[in-house]
Amino acid sequence: MAENKRIDHPTGTETVGHEWDGIEELNTPLPRWWLWTFYATVAFAIGYCVVYPTIPSANGAPGGNLKWSSREELEKTLAARQAELKPIHAALAATDISALPGKPELMQQAIAGGAAAFKVHCVQCHGSGAAGAKGYPNLNDDDWLWGGDLATLEKTIADGIRQPEHDATRFSQMPAFGRDGILQPAQVEDVTSYVRTLSGQEGMSASARRGQALFAANCVVCHGPDGKGSRTVGAPNLTDGIWLYGGDRDTIRQTITNSRYGVMPAWNLHLDTVTIRMLAAYVHSLGGGEAAPAPAPAPAGATAAATPAETANGGG
Amino acid sequence: MAEADPDITDSPLGQYQKRKSVFPKAVDGTFRRLKWAIMVVTLTIYYVTPWLRWDRGPYAPDQAVLVDLAHRRFFMFDIEIWPHEFYFVAGLLVMAGIGLFLVTSAVGRAWCGYACPQTVWTDLFQHIERAVDGDRNAAIRLQNAPWGVSKIARRLLKWSIWLAVAMGTGGAWIFYFADAPTLMHDFLHGTAAPVAYMTVFVLTMTTFIFGGFMREQVCIYMCPWPRIQTAMMDEKSLLVTYRHWRGEPRGSLKQAQAAAKTGAGTIGDCIDCNQCVAVCPTGIDIRQGPQIGCITCALCIDACDTVMAQVGRPRGLIDYVTFEDATREQAGQPTTPVLKTLFRPRTLAYFAIWGGIGLALLFALGNRTRLDISAQHDRNPLFVRMSDGSVRNAYTVKLRNMESRPRTVRVHMEGVPQASMWLGETGSREAASRAFEVKLSPDAVTKLRLFVVSPAGDGSRQEFALVVQANDDAAPSDRHDLVLERGGE
Repeated sequence: MAENKRIDHPTGTETVGHEWDGIEELNTPLPRWWLWTFYATVAFAIGYCVVYPTIPSANGAPGGNLKWSSREELEKTLAARQAELKPIHAALAATDISALPGKPELMQQAIAGGAAAFKVHCVQCHGSGAAGAKGYPNLNDDDWLWGGDLATLEKTIADGIRQPEHDATRFSQMPAFGRDGILQPAQVEDVTSYVRTLSGQEGMSASARRGQALFAANCVVCHGPDGKGSRTVGAPNLTDGIWLYGGDRDTIRQTITNSRYGVMPAWNLHLDTVTIRMLAAYVHSLGGGEAAPAPAPAPAGATAAATPAETANGGG
Repeated sequence: MAEADPDITDSPLGQYQKRKSVFPKAVDGTFRRLKWAIMVVTLTIYYVTPWLRWDRGPYAPDQAVLVDLAHRRFFMFDIEIWPHEFYFVAGLLVMAGIGLFLVTSAVGRAWCGYACPQTVWTDLFQHIERAVDGDRNAAIRLQNAPWGVSKIARRLLKWSIWLAVAMGTGGAWIFYFADAPTLMHDFLHGTAAPVAYMTVFVLTMTTFIFGGFMREQVCIYMCPWPRIQTAMMDEKSLLVTYRHWRGEPRGSLKQAQAAAKTGAGTIGDCIDCNQCVAVCPTGIDIRQGPQIGCITCALCIDACDTVMAQVGRPRGLIDYVTFEDATREQAGQPTTPVLKTLFRPRTLAYFAIWGGIGLALLFALGNRTRLDISAQHDRNPLFVRMSDGSVRNAYTVKLRNMESRPRTVRVHMEGVPQASMWLGETGSREAASRAFEVKLSPDAVTKLRLFVVSPAGDGSRQEFALVVQANDDAAPSDRHDLVLERGGE
C-alpha cells in the first residue's frame, strides 16, 4: 500500500500512501522548529535525570547531582516555620497564663497553637471536637472537675490526674463503697435514689430519704452537704445536668459500688511549658472557660467553694 | 494500486519543513490605516493602563486597574471584585467568547487580522524590521547576503530593538499585578520579588521569539482559534476573497491590449503583479482561495486597490466578499447589501446573547451588597449540653466588609426567642444578648466565634437567622439562615 503515494492536488502535499475505502492521509510535513522543540524536551529530560534522583533502587532513588530529597525539603520547610514561631513561643514563655487575656493577639496565637497540639496529644481521649466520651470529660461545656480558669487548666494539663509517680499530680480517690463492703447493696441502692433526686431526675422517695442519711454520713466530705461537689478534690457536682459516666440508675449504682479512677497523663513530662500553656488557652477558648477567681491566689478549692456563682463541677 | 500515478512525478516533500521567511512589503491604504489605528489604541491601552491612578481613599490601592493576587482583590476603576464575585470575570470571559463568535460569523477572522496580540506585535516587529533592513527587496537581499560587518551590525540593531520592545511588553504585564510606580522602583533596584523578574523574562522571550521569528507559525501551527473559527463561519461571513471570475486568466497590460485587438480570448483584470503576495504578512497567495494561513488582515486588498487605480481598473479585485455573494456574482445575480449581511438572524442572536449577559452582569453589579454575613455551624460537637440543662451551639461567623472603610455593624438574631448569644473572643454567657455590635476592618473579612445558648425544650431542631446591618448605612442588610440543634433525634 505504501507504494500508492501521490501528490494531492488541492493541498500540493504528498499522501502517506495508505488508502481505506477511498480515504487517504496527507503526509503534511512537520515544521522543523517543532522537531527542535522535541529535541529540547529530550535534552531537558536527560538533564533532569542527571540532576534529580530518578532511577529507583533498593535504597530509594539515590543519585542526582543536586542531592535533592523531599524529606530534606520538608525539614527545611518545618525549620523555617519553627523560626517564624520562635518569637511567639518566646513571648508565651515569658507571659504568665493569667496575663494572657490582657494580650488578645498573643492569646489568639496561643489558641491556634493549642488547637494544633490538641489534635496531636489530646484527641485520643477527648475527641477531635473536645466533646469527650463516657469517662472522658467534654471540654466544651461549663462543667469542670478541678476548675476552668486558665491557671487551673494549665496546672491540670501539666501535672495530670492521678499519676502516682508524679508528686504534683491532682489526686483524689472515691472509695469503692459497695465492693469494699462499706455500704450494703441495699444501702447503695438508697444512695443512688438520693443522688438522682439531687439533679431532679427522681422525686423524693422512702429509699431516697434513707439514702439522704447515708449520703450525709459518707459523701458530703467530698461532694458537699448539697451535693455540689468540690474542686479541691475533683469531686463532681451531682446536682447539674452533666454526668461524666452517666446519670442513669445503673451507672450511678456502679459508680458508688466500684468507684471511678479516671486518669490523665502529666503532660509536663512530655511537653514543654509553652505547648501546655497553648493547650490551656485552647481548652479555655472552647466555650466553658472561666474567669480567674477574684480573690488572691489561695488554694483553689477554698475560693471555689465560696463562690456561689460558679455552678460548675462535674457530676458523675 | 499498481497503476502509476502521474502526480508522483512531482517533487516529494520532506518529513520536516523549514520555515520560509516572509518579508512583507510596506503598503498604504484604508485597511493599513485601520490597522495602524487599532495598533495605536491597543498598545496604548496595554502600556498605559497600569499607570492610571484612581483615588479610593486611605484603605485601598490607588491604581485604576489592579489584579491584586496577593490580597485576592481585583480593582477596576470604581469596581472592586472579591474572590467570591469571580463570576463577574467569568461572565466577561463568556462575553469575550460570544463576542468572538459574533465577530467571526459577521466579519470572519477580523480578530486575527486586526486585534490579536500576536498580529499586533508581529506587525510592530515587521515595521521595525523594515526600518532597519529596508523594504521587502532590500530585506531579501540582506537575508541572502553573506555574513559581513554590515549584516551583523544590522541584525544586532534589529534584534536589540526587538528585545527592547519585548522587554517593554513583558515588563508592562507585571504592573497590572502590583502598584506600578513602587514595582518599577523595586524592579530597577533589584529588590522586586523573584516572580516579577521571572515573569518579565518569560514574557520578554516569548514576545521576542513569537514576534520576531515565529510570527505566522504561531497562527498556523500553535493557535487553536483559526481551526475553531473555521467551524463558526458560514456562507454569509465576510472573507478576503480574490474575484477569480474577474481576474482570470491573468495577463499583463500588453497581453490584454493584444487580446483586445485580435479578439483572441479575453484577459482578466489580474495583471499578475504579485503585490498581494508581497504585502502578505503570512506569506500566502490569496488568489489560491481561502486558506488557514489567511488572517484576513486585508493588506492585499490595499495593495491590489493601489495597483488597480494605477492601471485604471475598478478597485475590489481582492475584497471582503461573502461566499454567498461570490457565488451570486459569478452567476450574474445581484448581491446582498453589506448591512443585510451583517444584520442577519445569526449575528443578531449572538448579539442578543452577548448583550443579555452584559445586562445581567450590570444588573448583578448594581445589586450586589458590600456587607455580607455567612455562618457555619460547628459540626464537632454539634451541640454542647450545659450544666443547667440548656444546650449551646457554636458557629463560625464571617462578616465581609467589602467597602474600603472601617464600619461598625450590628448583628441580631431572628427566631428562637428564648435563645441568646455571645462572642467567643470578647463575650461571656453572663453578658449574652440577642444582638451584638462589632467593628469591621476596611475591605476585609472578620471572623468571629459565636455561641448561642437556648433551653433544651423538647430537644427539637430550631431555625433562626443572623441578620447584619451597618450602623452608618440604610443599604439592604444581609442574612444567613441557620439551625440550632437542641439534642433531640
